[in-house]
Amino acid sequence: MPVSSFPERGRRSGRLSAGRVPWLLVLPALLGLGFLVLPLAGLLVRAPWSALGARLLSAGVRDALLLSLGTATAATAVSLLLGVPLAWLLARTGFPGRRVVRALVTVPLVLPPVVGGVALLLVLGRNGVLGRYLYEWTGYSLPFTTAAVVVAQVFVAMPFLVISVEGALRGVDRRYEEAAATLGATRWTVFRRVTLPMVAPGVLAGAVLCWSRALGEFGATIMFAGNFPGRTQTMPLAVYLEMQRSPEAAIVLSLVLLAVSVLVLVLLRDRWTGTP
Amino acid sequence: MSSGGPGAAVLDAHLVVRRPGFGLDVRLRVAPGQVLALLGPNGAGKSTALRALAGLVPLSEGHVLVDGADVTTAPAERRPVGMVFQDYLLFPHLSVVENVAFGPRCRGVPARRARRLALDLLAEAGLDGYAAARPGALSGGQQQRVALARALAVRPRLLLLDEPMAALDAHTRVSVRTQLRRRLAAFAGATVLVTHDPLDAMVLADRVLVLEGGAAVQEGSPAEVARRPRTGYVARLVGVNLYRGRASGTRVRLAASSGEGAVLTVAESVEGEVFAAFPPRAVALYRERPAGSPRNVWPLTVDGVEPFGDRVRVHLTGVLEVNADITAAALAELALSPGVRVWAGVKATEVECYPA
Repeated sequence: MPVSSFPERGRRSGRLSAGRVPWLLVLPALLGLGFLVLPLAGLLVRAPWSALGARLLSAGVRDALLLSLGTATAATAVSLLLGVPLAWLLARTGFPGRRVVRALVTVPLVLPPVVGGVALLLVLGRNGVLGRYLYEWTGYSLPFTTAAVVVAQVFVAMPFLVISVEGALRGVDRRYEEAAATLGATRWTVFRRVTLPMVAPGVLAGAVLCWSRALGEFGATIMFAGNFPGRTQTMPLAVYLEMQRSPEAAIVLSLVLLAVSVLVLVLLRDRWTGTP
Repeated sequence: MSSGGPGAAVLDAHLVVRRPGFGLDVRLRVAPGQVLALLGPNGAGKSTALRALAGLVPLSEGHVLVDGADVTTAPAERRPVGMVFQDYLLFPHLSVVENVAFGPRCRGVPARRARRLALDLLAEAGLDGYAAARPGALSGGQQQRVALARALAVRPRLLLLDEPMAALDAHTRVSVRTQLRRRLAAFAGATVLVTHDPLDAMVLADRVLVLEGGAAVQEGSPAEVARRPRTGYVARLVGVNLYRGRASGTRVRLAASSGEGAVLTVAESVEGEVFAAFPPRAVALYRERPAGSPRNVWPLTVDGVEPFGDRVRVHLTGVLEVNADITAAALAELALSPGVRVWAGVKATEVECYPA
């Protein structure tokens, strides 16, 4: 019984005596928990542990792994460069229509990524609204390149960073910025030397979130960047493809993605699971 | 007003800030080396006045001149101003010396020299060993000294202190106040200090300006304000009994608000609308009516009794309200408790009487 195994936490659960377990709640709860945990356990059970090292180093897996790490990192860098100022704009200025802008920023959070991929193609594709001019003037076509992978990932992952940083900015005591101003700091200096260091944990959390979201990106990538091994075939795409050819490789890639997710959870544990 | 001539003031300001449900309209002049305390209850506009001087709150009207230069519309970062905030607001991610060097760095002093300057200021503040520490590791009193050093590091002409003692406990307050007084005495510019503690104002300031409801209700030297308060707020703050009335000769007939019909006898003859004030320790209490002497005597009722320092403060009501400070021995001898009727007497020479 939880009452006896966690005596120091038993303040509230102490009322829940052994004879009155509300099975109507406990049974579905256990079912739900099993439903969430069992597939992951299955992944671990079926993993080719002995051949793991060899699999990870096989050309196909290695290419996908390196491409994913590279593009997700690049996408996070771009998101930081554009997303932090955007978060600042949302948190610190009162321009008209700010609420609309914030809503627009969050659209990619709920939009099916594959729709995002279609939208990116329509705008940046060779015949797209903007891509047409890019192609006419420079002969460059963005879709189906590694850069397109990064663009797709930024589109899907940047909102996570913006939301996280905006929340952190709203949590900062603005009087520190006033104190800096009275010491002669311009708004840029205030941002660089006071605001940014004070929201650093929020920026870091947002970046980690953004990076892991970019790493797992599938829908927008396959639509906008295609599935070319070594060029645009990131890990999630490789998992999908390998599952039909050699399930073991798919399992190995899945394990890597699972490990990354767990790592992210550990890094952000204070923010997410730190509830009392 | 005791400040120097028009050319002498470091600070010359007329601050008008209008917001829904709040208005501030006050004129300030502070001479070089002078410390002006803005004293007033919460919501009186003290902090708004200070923030307006710093450039953190825009003026609706008026002007701010520092050394004759108009900085009315200058942003905070371009004013020759140093400010110490109520809870100091030391940057938690910077070390103590980086905090102090922050201002000089922002104003273009090279890193090495800014650091040298900061270390010197810390040494002056008696904080030699704390340069590398984080502000969070310091005590409240030390943080206050760092905040002051940080504000002085930009070599301001106008120093602003917002409730510099409020975040300290009573024990450290005494020593910190003494140190602050010494530092302020060495500062050549003008200082404006906001406080709701009359003791801060008395110890630290050369001049006190009392703000109530966004307007100046009294200005003068600390002694003047303490001896001759002009509002009930100031009177309670400095702990004197204050009455308003009409004087004729040595008799003051109190106004309705102070005790209708009661008459106070004062030592010197005056005419017209006056304030009359006397300290609680000037009040003597008797069980029987004291025999004739040139003093004010009223039969009053004890309303409450509370300890006050090493004495006891007795609240009395009747034709007028009086606070009396007596010794614990006197309290026991008189057997005073709420509801008891006593005679209260004050010598005419103890009553301060001044034009309203």
